[in-house]
Amino acid sequence: MDVEASVAPASLEVGQVVDGFRLDAVAHRGGMATLWHVTRTVPLEADPPLLMKVPRVRGGDDPAAIVGFEVEQMIMPTLAGPHVPRFIAKGDFTRVPYIVMERIDGPSLRERFDAAPLAIDEVARIGAKVATALHDLHRQRVVHLDVKPSNVVFRRGDDGSEGDAVLIDFGLSHHDLLPDLLEEEFDLPMGTSPYMSPEQVRFVRNDPRSDLFSTGVMLYHLATGARPFGMPSSVHGLRRRLYRDPVAPRTLRPDCPPWLQEIVLRCLEVRPERRYQSASQLAFDLLHPDQVALTARATRSGSGSTVRTMKRWLASLAERDELPGGVAGASARSPIVLVAVDVAGAEPGLLESVREAALRLLKSEPGARLACLTVMRINRIGMDDLLEPDGSSRHVKLLVELRHWARPLGRAADLPPGKDAASSRITYHVLEAPDPATAIVDYARRNQVDHIVLGARSSGRLRRHLGSVSARVAAEADCTVTVVRAGDGER
Amino acid sequence: MKLALVADLHANREAVGAVLAHAAAQGAERHVFLGDYVGYGADPAWVVDRVRELVGHGAVAVLGNHDAAVVEGPQPSMVADARVVVEWTRSRLDREQLAFLAGLPIMQSDGDALFVHANAWAPREWAYLVGRSEAMRSLLATERRFTFCGHVHVPMLYHLSSTGKAGDFAPVSGVAIPLSSHRRWLAIPGSAGQPRDGDPAACYALFDSAKHVLTFFRVPYDHDRAAAKVKAANLPQALAQRLGGGR
Repeated sequence: MDVEASVAPASLEVGQVVDGFRLDAVAHRGGMATLWHVTRTVPLEADPPLLMKVPRVRGGDDPAAIVGFEVEQMIMPTLAGPHVPRFIAKGDFTRVPYIVMERIDGPSLRERFDAAPLAIDEVARIGAKVATALHDLHRQRVVHLDVKPSNVVFRRGDDGSEGDAVLIDFGLSHHDLLPDLLEEEFDLPMGTSPYMSPEQVRFVRNDPRSDLFSTGVMLYHLATGARPFGMPSSVHGLRRRLYRDPVAPRTLRPDCPPWLQEIVLRCLEVRPERRYQSASQLAFDLLHPDQVALTARATRSGSGSTVRTMKRWLASLAERDELPGGVAGASARSPIVLVAVDVAGAEPGLLESVREAALRLLKSEPGARLACLTVMRINRIGMDDLLEPDGSSRHVKLLVELRHWARPLGRAADLPPGKDAASSRITYHVLEAPDPATAIVDYARRNQVDHIVLGARSSGRLRRHLGSVSARVAAEADCTVTVVRAGDGER
Repeated sequence: MKLALVADLHANREAVGAVLAHAAAQGAERHVFLGDYVGYGADPAWVVDRVRELVGHGAVAVLGNHDAAVVEGPQPSMVADARVVVEWTRSRLDREQLAFLAGLPIMQSDGDALFVHANAWAPREWAYLVGRSEAMRSLLATERRFTFCGHVHVPMLYHLSSTGKAGDFAPVSGVAIPLSSHRRWLAIPGSAGQPRDGDPAACYALFDSAKHVLTFFRVPYDHDRAAAKVKAANLPQALAQRLGGGR
């Protein structure tokens, strides 16, 4: 039987068919919506396992449930990629409102919180996965605005291992290019109180850095077993995060390394411009703990000085947040640039040209982060290298050369003065791999690099012999690639 | 059915031609003209003929205040420039073209949608719909879920929720916006013939009436040529200059 118009969602039953989807079983009954396992009456081969979300929209219900569902119906069809459930279909409010989407079978992040505090490397691994998923969402011009453990699930790898993080529930989200249906609707801040960013408390709904704050709350909780701002139940309690620093993680957990405290407290900065400027930069730091630039945050203890708290409390009464350029704009202004150089093998003229190109990029993109990378070639069969007596010293030698090559960049990156994050704008990486092009492309993909800069060998003979790394990187990378040639004098 | 919504054409042949070609390439199946075919521009006869021809093929066209002024003669309240243009336009239209304008309806509806030049609460008084409160007033004055109007030369999308809260949104060209069936919507596609938001590109919108998806578009056109014609016709020079700046 097919459902007729205006059947109340509450009356849906197992076995019923809605628009060609058979309701097999209730997966979850929540306060705002019911989730059903469904299958198509006429199966499609390309379909993943399916879930139907049906909102509870009955007379006198909280309008948040209805508007939230409208928002989700508007935003979900615009999203794609591995970090969101695939959208399949939606049903109109005039008949049966629903969204059919891909069912993600892996575990929810919620389950991991029962075990907190977790091992440090697990905190970093989970954080990097969440940040990677957020970056993909922000790139699609959406701020989630309700990042919390129960809204993160993991795909299951073919071997049963934990795969990519997937963000779910877009009922509070904001899309930069679509009307914001929630903006005018409610008089109370929207979100989940422990995770809500200070700007959300102030009704700002278009800053992707809000999601980084919420991620910081999760990382804090996973690392220490406690919530940084408790679980406030009033707007007054919520506003406390506008001026009060959380207790430093290392005070609660002495073995929390300074780099993790640096990352967590940077995410939890009250002012968005003092946080990471993009989710990809957060993911980058979580993937490279040894490269995190430590500031006073790393070693702070307790919960900050009283004078500072008072000052910020006063400021919080008047402040407004501004975000020029919108959601994707903020991420685009904070790109990760990868400069790949063959410090050991390239001609000096080419090395200089690559450095010049990187310098120009740094100057024109004050929010950019620069990852300098060189590949140390190793044989395809790794045994030799493990046995090679000077393998580690070769690695160190390359790192020293790379840092030396990048010194002028470091000086340029310290402009403009006074920015506490300036010194952390450049990182250095030596990759050991048999094939430089593949190593560079993989690295860029893993770290959400926005732009690769690398040199092209000018000598035809060498290029024929070794193959063109730059041509392969340009062809295979997902991001923008700039191929630099040595100046005229060198050719 | 894909409807091309075109408002405030204002005798701008270059802009209207570019918009109609763009809409055809987007698969528009029917046209809805939201008034003000004449006034300001140098090609009133061509624009009126084109609209009349499309109405013959099933297009909707409603009356605008400039059209009414040309039919009825300039109103005492009109500023000097507008008065000059109205007189000039009258001299350029033949009896049939004037009769076409005189016969246009003030409002027309089709299923869920209402088409009107200025607003739904007092369409013959030509009050401007400049903000949320006017949008709400208009949305409450009709039973239709979707209202499309012109008159204001800046593209805008208003919406009214079931709890009575109104919101507004400045649309981005080329982005498909699904219009939720749980609220009412009022869309102003913006002016084809005389955009005023700083972007000289012509405005129009495409509405998929089955899927309830609305897409606003900006179409670049040869505004230098349109401005040159306004100058050549000895119409007020400011009317030529504003086309290039979109003001």
